[in-house]
Amino acid sequence: MALRQCALYGKGGIGKSTTTQNLVAALAESGKKVMIVGCDPKADSTRLILHSKAQNSVMELAAEAGSVEDLELEDVLSVGFGGIKCVESGGPEPGVGCAGRGVITAINFLEEEGAYDEALDFVFYDVLGDVVCGGFAMPIRENKAQEIYIVCSGEMMAMYAANNIAKGIVKYANSGSVRLAGLICNSRNTDREDELIMALAGKLGSQMIHFIPRDNAVQHAEIRRMTVIEYDPTHKQADEYRALAKKIVENKKFVIPTPITMDELEALLMEFGIMEAEDESIIGKKAAELAAA
Amino acid sequence: MTALTREETEALIQEVLEVYPEKAKKDREKHLAVNDQSIEQSKKCITSNRKSLPGVMTIRGCAYAGSKGVVWGPIKDMIHISHGPVGCGQYSRAGRRNYYVGTTGVNTFGTMNFTSDFQEKDIVFGGDKKLAKLIGEIEQLFPLNKGISVQSECQIGLIGDDIEAVSKKAAKEIDKPVVPVRCEGFRGVSQSLGHHIANDAIRDWVLPRRDGKAFEGTPYDVAVIGDYNIGGDAWSSRILLEEMGLRVVAQWSGDGTIAEMEKTPYVKVNLIHCYRSMNYIARHMEEKYSIPWMEYNFFGPTKVAESLRAIAALFDDKIKEGAERVIAKYQPLMQAVIDKYKPRLQGKRVMLYVGGLRPRHVIGAYEDLGMEVVGTGYEFGHNDDYDRTIKDMGNATLLYDDVTGFEFEEFVKKVKPDLVGSGIKEKFIFQKMGVPFRQMHSWDYSGPYHGYDGFAIFARDMDMTLNNPCWSKITAPWLNKDGSLAEKKAA
Repeated sequence: MALRQCALYGKGGIGKSTTTQNLVAALAESGKKVMIVGCDPKADSTRLILHSKAQNSVMELAAEAGSVEDLELEDVLSVGFGGIKCVESGGPEPGVGCAGRGVITAINFLEEEGAYDEALDFVFYDVLGDVVCGGFAMPIRENKAQEIYIVCSGEMMAMYAANNIAKGIVKYANSGSVRLAGLICNSRNTDREDELIMALAGKLGSQMIHFIPRDNAVQHAEIRRMTVIEYDPTHKQADEYRALAKKIVENKKFVIPTPITMDELEALLMEFGIMEAEDESIIGKKAAELAAA
Repeated sequence: MTALTREETEALIQEVLEVYPEKAKKDREKHLAVNDQSIEQSKKCITSNRKSLPGVMTIRGCAYAGSKGVVWGPIKDMIHISHGPVGCGQYSRAGRRNYYVGTTGVNTFGTMNFTSDFQEKDIVFGGDKKLAKLIGEIEQLFPLNKGISVQSECQIGLIGDDIEAVSKKAAKEIDKPVVPVRCEGFRGVSQSLGHHIANDAIRDWVLPRRDGKAFEGTPYDVAVIGDYNIGGDAWSSRILLEEMGLRVVAQWSGDGTIAEMEKTPYVKVNLIHCYRSMNYIARHMEEKYSIPWMEYNFFGPTKVAESLRAIAALFDDKIKEGAERVIAKYQPLMQAVIDKYKPRLQGKRVMLYVGGLRPRHVIGAYEDLGMEVVGTGYEFGHNDDYDRTIKDMGNATLLYDDVTGFEFEEFVKKVKPDLVGSGIKEKFIFQKMGVPFRQMHSWDYSGPYHGYDGFAIFARDMDMTLNNPCWSKITAPWLNKDGSLAEKKAA
């Protein structure tokens, strides 16, 4: 099987890292050879696989050694649960330097050092919430991730973010082979959440590939720095991630997304009762003014 | 002399514009003009200080060049850090001919390259710590430095390093001025913004250092501002001011020191040579310290005498007499120079394309030799530069702003000047076209050209270039003058 490279994007805090690691654990369990590349200066994309606080990252080690050329692949690559290979790009503390450049440097290093070897079935990129600059779009440029999964929920801002990410994919889809492969709904228990995400996925020309219900088992496992798959393989939540893994393995629906306008998105939200119809008369009015009216 | 008429010059501009695509043509058209002395404001005839068009081969530099290369670089007793990757510092090191007195590496540092030599990790993790360390090392290795400036290269602006905080902290630690300059190359349309940023850094970080401190002044204290001492220009200028009785307290920034800059707020008048690069600080000192300023021009005896009298007019009779005495002393010497060279240069036509002040300032020097400037333009001038140029140039002469390589070559082919004055990038193109050429940024390894002494050298240089016997040998022996193959002589 040829190497498939996938990237997970989505609003900050939506559960990208948790979803990625549980999904990857399920893939590994089924015998797939997988690598995770964390593209977030926080370097917390591999902790559940490695049972560690934060892995030594490429950029951190490069800074210690002098330059990235002084590193060997084995310095930065750790192997965890189910033989999953883990790499963190790493980056600066908040407020200094350029995290985006860190992602670019780290991914170039992995390519040059041959980290993407033939034996791998999947590479997953876990990317910082907002694609704020070119660096964080690195995983979806030419010859990198071909399949993008957007993690979202039925909350308004998560859907805004999903639509924006779809816009970014269009840009790179036209110049390369990156495609939107589906929306993963990481449930927040909002009303009619599955229908809403399916409707959004439909408008984007894609699919909701799986609906992951909310379950405390995930948190229980995380406290122990483990995935549910490893912590409690018999739990029903583990089966959810297995189902997601199976769907991704079998996925054939890769599309150039058709992002929608703000008006369309708001109409969708109103249809599902998440947003009220806009009342023009209250815009720009202070509380006191409204009370007087 | 075959001067072009207004109509011919206009037609020439149209002809040159013809090759451009419609959009480029529309843009470039605004930057080319036929001079009309009756126009009061240049904005009515020429546009300047705009972004260059992609693809046209502009001759401009960047904001870093304006700050590090022009304004700060010549301050000789400070160390100027090129903060970022190594290239900007290395390729701007020792390139400009701003002469200085001192011992390099001991008390002067202008020809050395100090850089933070950014690597990937510095971009990703930020360069603040490295900068702090670098300043510490500089202080240890070169303890006689009088201060440090941090010249930002592009990356600093992109990654948002807090060089101000590092500078403040380091300044306390080494007890010397450390000046952060935000002159990232991508800012602005040319080096001009770099001059402005550099001026602002002097305003904020240097001038206030002596506020309220004692200064033993005289009524005759002046500062020479905007003379970069190319080939010793500032030296041949300041001796004239001193000879007429003034005391030159500070010289900016050629052969300059930070102590001189700090003392400038105590002078009576600021004398500005390069208006473009230093008018900002002159205006600031006028506002904050009530110091009047005036532009002067020390190219050619006519302009020197005019300027000396204008400067003296701001002082008492002693200085006025001094100016007359200086003018009278040099007048016969200058007459001898003119008598020698004018007959050899009379009627020759010149086209210029230079930087800050020279496109207009040198016109008088050429006129003193009986020559005419028939085309001129600025790399990075603003409207106020062209305002001043209109009156100095003859009617129906060519003005070109941010000229493109193509335009400049075409203009020279059509106008056929006897001499072109521009920079190193233009020099060999025109020489290969068989046109005599002088570098008017660097004085071609010669100089000074300022002041009375400078004029003698200027006249000699123009003569030896223009009347060099090589120009009669420019056609290959097997070609006719028109370039066609000459018939072989029978053997």
